[in-house]
Amino acid sequence: MNKILKSFIFVLCISSIFILSNSKVNAQEKISLNVFNWGEYIDMSVIKDFEALYPNIDVIYETYDSNESMYTKLTTGDANYDVIIPSDYMLEKLIKEEWLLQLDYGKIPNRQYVRDDLLEKLEAEFSNDTRDSIAINDYAVPYFWGTVGILYDTDKVKKTVDSWEILWDEDYKKQIYMYDSQRDSLMVALKLLGYSMNSTNREELEAAKDLLIEQKPLVYAYVTDTVIRGMIDGEAALAVVYSGDAAYIMDESKYNLDFVIPKEGTNFWFDLMAIPKTSKNVDAAHKFINFMCDPEIALKNTEEVMYSSPIESVFNDVIEEEWANNIAYNPTNIDAFGGEIQTEIFRDPGEFIKTYDEIWSEVLSDGNYIIPLIIGGVILVGIGVYLVVFKKRKKRY
Amino acid sequence: MNRTFRSLVYPYVVWISIMIVVPFLLIFLYSITESRGGPANLKFTLSHYKEFFSATNIKILSKSFILAFQTTIYCLILGFPTAWIISKISKSKQSVIILFFILPMWINMLLRTYAWQIILGRNGILSTILRPPLGLLGIDFQGLLYTDAAVIIGMVYNFLPFMVLPIYTTLIKIDKNIIDAAYDLGATTRQVFLRVIFPLSIPGIVTGIIMVFLPSISSFAIPRLLGGGQYVLIGNLIEKQFYLLGNWNFGSAISVILMIIILLSMRIMKNTDEAKTSGGGLGIPW
Repeated sequence: MNKILKSFIFVLCISSIFILSNSKVNAQEKISLNVFNWGEYIDMSVIKDFEALYPNIDVIYETYDSNESMYTKLTTGDANYDVIIPSDYMLEKLIKEEWLLQLDYGKIPNRQYVRDDLLEKLEAEFSNDTRDSIAINDYAVPYFWGTVGILYDTDKVKKTVDSWEILWDEDYKKQIYMYDSQRDSLMVALKLLGYSMNSTNREELEAAKDLLIEQKPLVYAYVTDTVIRGMIDGEAALAVVYSGDAAYIMDESKYNLDFVIPKEGTNFWFDLMAIPKTSKNVDAAHKFINFMCDPEIALKNTEEVMYSSPIESVFNDVIEEEWANNIAYNPTNIDAFGGEIQTEIFRDPGEFIKTYDEIWSEVLSDGNYIIPLIIGGVILVGIGVYLVVFKKRKKRY
Repeated sequence: MNRTFRSLVYPYVVWISIMIVVPFLLIFLYSITESRGGPANLKFTLSHYKEFFSATNIKILSKSFILAFQTTIYCLILGFPTAWIISKISKSKQSVIILFFILPMWINMLLRTYAWQIILGRNGILSTILRPPLGLLGIDFQGLLYTDAAVIIGMVYNFLPFMVLPIYTTLIKIDKNIIDAAYDLGATTRQVFLRVIFPLSIPGIVTGIIMVFLPSISSFAIPRLLGGGQYVLIGNLIEKQFYLLGNWNFGSAISVILMIIILLSMRIMKNTDEAKTSGGGLGIPW
């Protein structure tokens, strides 16, 4: 009995802690602002700074690891997000499907600090086009931007790395990290074949698939954020990485690493802040976006995650101080900044995304299945025979 | 008296219907409908089931089957002797060793799997021990991470307790007099094991096999973390339908197919178990 009483008191204590902590929040009548961002994509102290500046706003910060999972959560869940930070092509999809609110730039004065050339690039890409034109800049403000390239260990890779082709080199068998995302991995293969990474041609995708299947025995692993830890620890020699991750890895690792944007071209991407129509705190969301564009705050973020900042003064400060020659932070050799490497921005392929998905599933599920299929078949036949025999035996009784 | 106690069952019945029966019916409903356009205009269809039987998906299913099968076999090979040894030692030591088996389960499974990444990695603990500077093997060991072996090691490690515990429970329940009687009647140690102890522990083995096979055929976190995304398993396929593609209908259809396969295999296991009336340590619910 004593035991039961004790455990009952224990449960009471625990539950009272929850009740008390809840009532504390209610007493101050705070607005909660739901921010939905990529994982490891912010300096967390910035959130505290924001809450200190606006004491009545309570930031609830959640993260995702792919545009697709963000989309699924936003469109099928009951969760209300106030600020989301999707990439270019996902933003296009969300705008087309009317999930987003037009921003009120009167409430975001800090947008003036954003580099004009980036905004023009976005405007040009998404409005002057044979597809449906979209005024992307009316809906979103750039958060970070960058490229995708090859990060490699200069001690292990003695050949010149300037092409995606190095990822198909037998000498680096099981030394290659690929990106576990259909669009990023297919981008590599499509670019190597000389096609557009926004291809909606089934034959081009099939060719890319064959190329990726051919590469499969050489690949160490298909990963996303795991590549950061892996390359820092020197687990592999080559990796397809996002520019900011490359800058971060090079800064942290004790190995001699270098980042290259392959000559066949790459993905020039943007992640942008936007407000979904389902937001209940539109005003606070504008305040948050404005706050993130503040040069001081943007500097904190870029120093933490090492992705290129769209805020002009921040970007210039960083490259003046240390990273003028860091291609990962300052890609001077791509066409957008007067270089010779042709880049593209990802576009939403609409319904054709299903083909991308199918192709990527086929790549991942390819392998030597003959032996498993035989064993599986034998097991199934065995089970069938067993069942039949057992049934007969039962009848006999 | 009996009645008052019987009413205590109702909370459990309510719980079961809300948490198990209703979700299962929902999954089934999702799997046979097309949900575009809200619940008002439900369209029934079997296309999701048809969609499943493509070459790619059959490959995925057989691969998952093989991996789960291997995991179960290794768990049995490791688990039975372990349970046997534990059941042989003195009572006070037994509870300590069983505690050691349960202890790691208090730590989150993902965390333990991440630890395996560090152990099996190319520059991980295992490689450091085996590679030239220390050179226990004298070969250039490249680590096991992101191979089939790594996935099986991870799964066997995670699910081994589910094999050991039921077998251990049946072993300690065996009446010592029966064993003594066998010896008295002139059986050798080998005969006693093969003719008496092993048959009597079969209920525990069956429970163990089911308890290991079920989580390993549907697991998706371990294959992804230790397999490096090199292949998709049935669990990953289901996860992807819900999490990435938002195709709940197809995801539900795969879940139902997987459930049917699991029920079938349990049915077969139950048949083998039919003759023995006493259930294993954790018991089979039907």
